Amino acid sequence: MSEKLKLAFYWAASCGGCDVAVLDTDEKLLEIAKIADIYFWPVAMDFKYKDIKALDKDFLDVCFFNGAVRNSEQEEIARLLREKSKLMIAFGSCACFGGIPALANLYDPEEILSWVYSGSFSTVGKNGTRPLTRVSVPEGELTLPEFYTAVYTLKDFVEVDYFLPGCPPPPELILGAVETLVSGVLPPRGSVLAPDKTVCDQCPREKQDKKVAAFRRPHEVIPDPDRCLLEQGIVCCGPGTRAGCGARCVQANMPCRGCFGPTDGVVDHGAKLAAVIATTATSKDENEAAERIGQIVDPAGTFYRFGLAASLLRGKSLKEEN
Amino acid sequence: MPDVRIGVYVCHCGSNIADKVDCAGVAEFAGGLPKVTIARDYQYMCADPGQDLIRKDIKDHKLNRVVVASCSPRMHEPTFRKTLESAGLNAYFFEMANIREHVSWVTEGREQATEKAKALVAAAVARVFYHEPLYERFADMNKRTLVVGGGIAGIEAALKIAASGNQVVIVEKEPSIGGNMAKLDKTFPTLDCSACILTPKMVAAAQDENITLYTYAEVEKVEGYVGNFQVTIRKKARSVDMDKCTGCGICYNKCPAKVPNEFDEGLGMRKAIYVPFPQAVPNKPVIDRQNCTYFQKGKCGVCSKVCPTGAVDYAQEDQLVTEDFGAIIVSTGFETLDPTLGPQWGYGRYDNVITALQFERLVNASGPTQGKVVLKDGTVPKRVAVLHCVGSRDLNFREYCSRFCCMSSLKLAHLAKEKTGGEVYSFYIDMRAFGKGYEEFYNRVMEEGIHFIRGKGTEVIQRAGELFVRTEDTLLGKYREVPVDLVVLNVATVPRADAEKVAQTFGIQRSPDGFFLEAHVKLEPLKTATDGVFIAGGCQGPKDIPDSVSQGAGAAAEALSLIEAGKVKISPVVASVDEARCGGCKACLALCPYGAVDFDDEKKVAVVNEAVCKGCGTCAASCASGAMGVRHFTDEQILAQIGEVLAV
Amino acid sequence: MKNGDFEPRIVGILCNWCSYAGADLAGISRIKYPANIRIIRVMCSGRVEPTFVLKAFAEGADGVLVSGCHPGDCHYGEGNYKAYARKVLIEKLLHQFGIEKERFKLTWVSANEGERFAQIVSEMVSEIKEIGPYRPPRERMRELQPGAGTPPAPGWLAEEELETAVAGGAVAGE
Repeated sequence: MSEKLKLAFYWAASCGGCDVAVLDTDEKLLEIAKIADIYFWPVAMDFKYKDIKALDKDFLDVCFFNGAVRNSEQEEIARLLREKSKLMIAFGSCACFGGIPALANLYDPEEILSWVYSGSFSTVGKNGTRPLTRVSVPEGELTLPEFYTAVYTLKDFVEVDYFLPGCPPPPELILGAVETLVSGVLPPRGSVLAPDKTVCDQCPREKQDKKVAAFRRPHEVIPDPDRCLLEQGIVCCGPGTRAGCGARCVQANMPCRGCFGPTDGVVDHGAKLAAVIATTATSKDENEAAERIGQIVDPAGTFYRFGLAASLLRGKSLKEEN
Repeated sequence: MPDVRIGVYVCHCGSNIADKVDCAGVAEFAGGLPKVTIARDYQYMCADPGQDLIRKDIKDHKLNRVVVASCSPRMHEPTFRKTLESAGLNAYFFEMANIREHVSWVTEGREQATEKAKALVAAAVARVFYHEPLYERFADMNKRTLVVGGGIAGIEAALKIAASGNQVVIVEKEPSIGGNMAKLDKTFPTLDCSACILTPKMVAAAQDENITLYTYAEVEKVEGYVGNFQVTIRKKARSVDMDKCTGCGICYNKCPAKVPNEFDEGLGMRKAIYVPFPQAVPNKPVIDRQNCTYFQKGKCGVCSKVCPTGAVDYAQEDQLVTEDFGAIIVSTGFETLDPTLGPQWGYGRYDNVITALQFERLVNASGPTQGKVVLKDGTVPKRVAVLHCVGSRDLNFREYCSRFCCMSSLKLAHLAKEKTGGEVYSFYIDMRAFGKGYEEFYNRVMEEGIHFIRGKGTEVIQRAGELFVRTEDTLLGKYREVPVDLVVLNVATVPRADAEKVAQTFGIQRSPDGFFLEAHVKLEPLKTATDGVFIAGGCQGPKDIPDSVSQGAGAAAEALSLIEAGKVKISPVVASVDEARCGGCKACLALCPYGAVDFDDEKKVAVVNEAVCKGCGTCAASCASGAMGVRHFTDEQILAQIGEVLAV
Repeated sequence: MKNGDFEPRIVGILCNWCSYAGADLAGISRIKYPANIRIIRVMCSGRVEPTFVLKAFAEGADGVLVSGCHPGDCHYGEGNYKAYARKVLIEKLLHQFGIEKERFKLTWVSANEGERFAQIVSEMVSEIKEIGPYRPPRERMRELQPGAGTPPAPGWLAEEELETAVAGGAVAGE
């Protein structure tokens, strides 16, 4: 390749972990730097939106977009970067499926704002003052981005060429993706740049029949490090979560949280997880089944921890206004 | 994929559908749905011209998917699948919308019915888009048949199958075959002796080289599927070596322990080692361990000492055997209602109130009284009352009619008259003499001078040592108390106490009355919800002997039609694994009730044994990776259906 | 909207052997029940996944009825026990999604219980009429297709509220 790759990184509704994950490629980052120029990376360097706006259409080769879309600024930049980039990569679970921020879809925006601006214990000045999207002051009009009713995935606004899931995507996968892009031999558009297998495939634990007599939370037990966690009654999302992480959580004796999202063809990650987890607790005694499954705390938060914005329902209905 | 071209056919079913559904409107609507090439409505789709219409359209319009909106797929899905096949299209490119049973027959308003029909058609069209060609496979049919229950229905079934040269095993819970019929004295309407016509059949069954009898045995477990059932049978310990025993009878003559004889309905006594009745087949005794002094107290051993061949074997244990069968006939019979449930009938409270079966034993020459009808005190009753419908046709007990109870009551009245020469009263609600020769028999009994009182015998009371039957004589319009010496209660026919367990073992459903449920109430009286499992006789509902025999023979024909075909069709609706996606979590393994999912340790993926899979889809529903699917009920197909059913 | 004109749409997912046959029997016996239910056949209630239920709600169903064989009577032995286990978890999930419990039911209807099936449907229809229609979140969350040009509506304050807030002198930020 004669010319260097022109890259952009952006963070929307995210924690910054995805950007740190780029740094986690360690010295390999320098190799990337050799073959690529970075045109935009707000978390690392001072770029201006106007510089991006000034670029020609498709000027950038690849944009790595992390974070969900929660406000009008994030949407605007998503559209801008889409226009300027040949390839748009949803980078990390939030951009792919909404991620942790999308759990906010289980609440009304009003509930969230009243908690943040007056309800929470750490709120200072509980007089109910809230930020506005525009306000006139003597010097002119001040604006803030609009807060949307819900958290969205990147794909809800722009066409996404590839998905690189993970919270955050592990360095090997990032480097693999870069190699793929550099090679010029591209997978079909819309592909997920991770294996179409589940975490169980990479999990070294001994697996047997799954019959769970009682569910327990990770802090309540010290699990046997060699046996399947689910068989020990710990809700593990491995059976329905895409591989690619190297099963690193389960190897640290923690259950899979599902950050890689579902495998291809699965319509609703959380629903599929709920199906398998509930079935392991089947009992011919209805009360016993109810009791066992009652031990699963916060199923929506457990099974849709990363995927709510990309799920069938995508959240809770807003409160009726009539 | 070639272009999808769907044909939609909306059936009027005469006026069955068209009365409530605007069929032309539904067809017009269907014509506007995506991928629909042609949509028509027609009088009768299942009739030849209707099927020809489909065949012609497949040819003329190059259709590759067909939707018929008509009756339940449980009715005509096979018909239309054949239509597609005959037109060179794979049978599974077909989907049915049930707009009769689920729409026109259950909906009040035409507008609502039409809208619902449209929704179901839209869903069927959306679903059929995702259909894939599937191919039926065949498995070898095991030619052996299992008959469960050795009453007259089971014996008849076994004899018919054996006569064709095929092997049958009869499993009978009791020590002898014969069932309820063996307890009867005479049979209506001809009054021939029950034993005289049953015993030859019992003996024929025992002597037939194609029939194996397992008496004193029960089925524990049934696995497999039509053509290839694996059945585990518990052969209970008889404590008598069947090979050594000659049936000489010395043992039970010498046995000191006496027990009420259940074959005589508790009227007589038997020994702890016993044959239930003189004509028993096999005529070899069994030790009732609960009542045997040796087993209870460790002493005695008389039978063992007197046995000339050393056949008594106290150490014998239950034996579990597993055998393979191709078809199963369940003919486990019926019981009668416990008469103590209705204290008003006086049973158990007054000495001379007995059941119909007890009366049968009294009049039987080999019964406890050698055929004499006597009261508890040994005297011959001068007045006998026979009560029909005791617990039958009674919302407090059994809503249904016990069907043969009118005729058997007539027979009992006749026998009572014949044996006692006294006055006989028959209390009936109305007389149901429905069978061949039955009305004639009723007339004959009426001429014998029996007093017929049209009124249910509602209560039996005793005053000053005398029994009275209370009734409302609906012909006289008067309440009456009729003084009698003996009351015979013809109690309701009920499912056996273990019917639920038996139903679950064989995968049979039950109707609300508790009897076994046939596949179709009119057209499939012998089939059940499980292919290859048939029912015959009183286990399906109250039945007299001719009906039980017919059903036994019919069930034999069902089994033989499978056996003669030699192969059984295996539905292609089975689970399948996408090995490339399966993560090997093993969650599906324990879910399969048939053990059809195995694990390939090499590839670390689940594998489906298609011959064993029955296509329930439970594994697919619990596969979080989406690797496990079930053909013809894929996520795509069902989700498309759900989406479209709501789009109208 | 909680008025008499509201006709709920209920998706029924019924097992082939018991409940679908029971629904057929209701038809054969000409028992009338409300037309609000749309029936989909699966071979066993054990086939019913939470995905199906959520799909129905996402598509705007007002209720979902899943029905199988009575416990112990499953044609496949134990599929209905699995359906029951999933039902417990689905109920918990729906609660978190703000979906009322009346909207989702798992019942057992045998092939012979046509009348019972009709009764279950009638009851469910009237219960759902009572609580009103279900509005799936996608109606509120503007469903945007990739590249769709429409900008999202303002988010957190309704227009009137905004004006009131500005007139009231609230200040952006602190």
